[in-house]
Amino acid sequence: MSRDISMRAEYAFWLLPVLAYFVFGENLALLSQIAITALFVLSLDLILGYAGIISLGHAAFFGLGAYAAGLLAKYGWGDPLLGLAAGALVAATAGFASSFLVLRGSDLTRLMVTLGVSLMLFEAANKLTDFTGGVDGLQGVEMQPLLGLFSFDLYSKTAYWYSLAVLFLLFWLARRLVRSPFGLSLRGIKQNVTRMPALGTPVHRRLVAIYSIGAAYAGVAGALLTQTTQFVSLDVMAFSRSAELLLILVLGGSGNLYGALIGTIVFMAAHHFLADINPQYWQFWLGAALVLVVLFARDGIMGMLRRLVTRGAQ
Amino acid sequence: MPPVLETRKLSKRFGGFIACNDVSLNIQPGARHALIGPNGAGKTTLINLLSGFLEPGAGEVFLRGENVTRLAQHRRVKRGLVRTFQINQLFAEMTVLESVVLSTCERLGLGWRWWQPVENHVHAVSEATELLSSLHLLDVAQEKVRSLPYGKRRLIEIALALASKPQILLLDEPAAGVPASESRELFERIARLPRDVTILLIEHDMDLVFRFAERITVMVGGALLAEDVPEVIANDRRVKEVYLGEAHDA
Amino acid sequence: MTVVFDGIASGLLLFLISVGLSVTLGLMNFVNLAHGAFAMFGGYVCVVLLNRLGVPFLATLPIVFLASALLGVLLERTLYRRLYGASHLDQVLFSIGLVFMSISTAHYFFGAQQQPLQLPPMLLGQFHLPGLDIGVYRLFLIVVGLAIAFALQWMLTGTRFGAQLRAAVDNPRAARGLGIDVDRIFVLTFALGSGLAGLGGALGVDMLGLDPGFPVKYIAYFLIVVAVGGSGSIKGSLIASLILGIGDVAGKYYIPQAGAFVIYAIMVLMLIVRPQGLFGRTAAK
Repeated sequence: MSRDISMRAEYAFWLLPVLAYFVFGENLALLSQIAITALFVLSLDLILGYAGIISLGHAAFFGLGAYAAGLLAKYGWGDPLLGLAAGALVAATAGFASSFLVLRGSDLTRLMVTLGVSLMLFEAANKLTDFTGGVDGLQGVEMQPLLGLFSFDLYSKTAYWYSLAVLFLLFWLARRLVRSPFGLSLRGIKQNVTRMPALGTPVHRRLVAIYSIGAAYAGVAGALLTQTTQFVSLDVMAFSRSAELLLILVLGGSGNLYGALIGTIVFMAAHHFLADINPQYWQFWLGAALVLVVLFARDGIMGMLRRLVTRGAQ
Repeated sequence: MPPVLETRKLSKRFGGFIACNDVSLNIQPGARHALIGPNGAGKTTLINLLSGFLEPGAGEVFLRGENVTRLAQHRRVKRGLVRTFQINQLFAEMTVLESVVLSTCERLGLGWRWWQPVENHVHAVSEATELLSSLHLLDVAQEKVRSLPYGKRRLIEIALALASKPQILLLDEPAAGVPASESRELFERIARLPRDVTILLIEHDMDLVFRFAERITVMVGGALLAEDVPEVIANDRRVKEVYLGEAHDA
Repeated sequence: MTVVFDGIASGLLLFLISVGLSVTLGLMNFVNLAHGAFAMFGGYVCVVLLNRLGVPFLATLPIVFLASALLGVLLERTLYRRLYGASHLDQVLFSIGLVFMSISTAHYFFGAQQQPLQLPPMLLGQFHLPGLDIGVYRLFLIVVGLAIAFALQWMLTGTRFGAQLRAAVDNPRAARGLGIDVDRIFVLTFALGSGLAGLGGALGVDMLGLDPGFPVKYIAYFLIVVAVGGSGSIKGSLIASLILGIGDVAGKYYIPQAGAFVIYAIMVLMLIVRPQGLFGRTAAK
């Protein structure tokens, strides 16, 4: 019964982006950005919301994916899907390699290592100007048509459907993953890491796996951003992007895939309407929102919705 | 018979404190073995060393003749050595069924499956359901673990271990904090385990220990003091001194 | 040699700013990523006093210290204390929120540009020894930094307050049982840490610069000091700051194209080499 309802709610939810295409047809560039950001938030949700790995440097993987796709396209391999694969691969490799540093030690060490690694990569991207363009960004990203059929147009129609399709596909995979025994074991690790080895779980390997998967998701998101904007700016790797990401996830409600999506929509919409008025105010209210969420609404929008629903049912 | 679990000169110190000192212990297959001793005697530390939760400073652990001293905890579980915790280690936000299924999934080697949802792994679910039913926990199967009263949660602590189908079960004060009526039931359930399951038990309630155990080891100050059948231990002068001494302190 | 000297000066500056973080993070187990905001606040107070109100530089310093400490008390009482028991993630999110707010507040009042700071003539200039140029201001930083380091060390190990702080941190409940006012100890400690951060921020305007991005730009440096120096140890923080200061200056001097990369690499390396030892105290809890 309640399962039926939640299924219907899911179908309804995914009709929204289709509706949005017709209603907000002039804003497709923004809508693509929302889809890409949602994918990025989803990638953090997998590692933080489900597996409980704190990261202050998740933008590193986003940035790696963005540069990987950008450089490929710049030097002639402009096929979008190839770029996505490259972004995923580069980020997953980096995630796998750094997981051995990140996963040892306490939360505090994890915070520091993720921050340190991402700052290192940011500095590297900043200084390797021949390669990345440094602060000027990576120019000359030329994309070929998607599947050889749909070229990236001025109105972002291709960009929108492309981003949305990738988001939908990866969301669907993530949804399978978190409901599987593997996903259950991740929740187990998050809730009680002491107990899991006593059930026979190789905790470290599970975490390495999900950390690499999360990195790959972030890499795909980064690659998508590059391909849809045909440009890579240095701030794809910036600390503020990692911090913003955490905020969106917490705002939406971590440990919930739809929380990641809804958080992104709310955040991006607010950003779109408020940041234009005054960027400084925006950052101030962003900070204030973060403080308030932590103090008063720790389970985010999804938590509030859930409470509303239970209250309504009574 | 060769021991199923054996330690040789096992030692562990925390800073200046020697929690476990040169402990050499043999557990026979199918044993109902109790480990007793005053608080701070090092009993839990010994369990932690046996299960691989801690690494010893010196000495070795053998599991069915295999040296497992450096073997990771989860690999010992795969070899049938399973423990419970003195302080409940549960999954507060899961339902009772979910947490037991988590355990059966791991036992059945399904922990890496990521495509099919949990409920499609019928074998794991039915095994968990049977276990819950045998522990009279079926009626709370859909409740969140954190919402249950302490006695029930203590049972789940044991259920998680039983779901691993242990061949050697290390129970760290399973009845701690459980009302007397329920603890009797709990022990009857443990006693009903098949005879080929070896059990090593830490317990403070002497009634339960003497009713259940067929062999008793007494630990004091990190070292083994005595080991024998219950009748002998009950009349051992040194053991009496230890417990009387504790009574004087209290 | 000059590189080493400059490195020591910038190391002591880092020490002043970071030592408060070392205490909140290492001893009170609170991840306060907004620590740099207190330093920035101190910097702006100093600049305003000096440039707009004409207070002499040296006279601004005690005012800066008190103002930052007061801000620390205010925030501790109203906000921070609610999160002492919270998860590290919550503390991180909360303090990032504060960082965002501080950045935009600074931006609102002072704009994005670097703040100029005119040091008094007596602190300007250099004297030259064979192979070593000594900047007077750097020498001043070294003297002040060392003096404060020794004072802190003495306070933590030699006074009643220090003993109470250590007791309160080791076991708050037991300390309360002994009649120690744990709340008050934490407030005072927090105030002291914020005050020193503010003071460091003011002293650092000349070397580190001052703009709204300050709390983010240097957060890694402060964290490294704590990570490398160990939990709440004055001596550890001092040594770590010095290594970091010298490494940073040397890195920028000899391989300028690498920029801050050297420092971040040191940070990650340190964390690889000593992942457990760094936060031994937290891990034991």
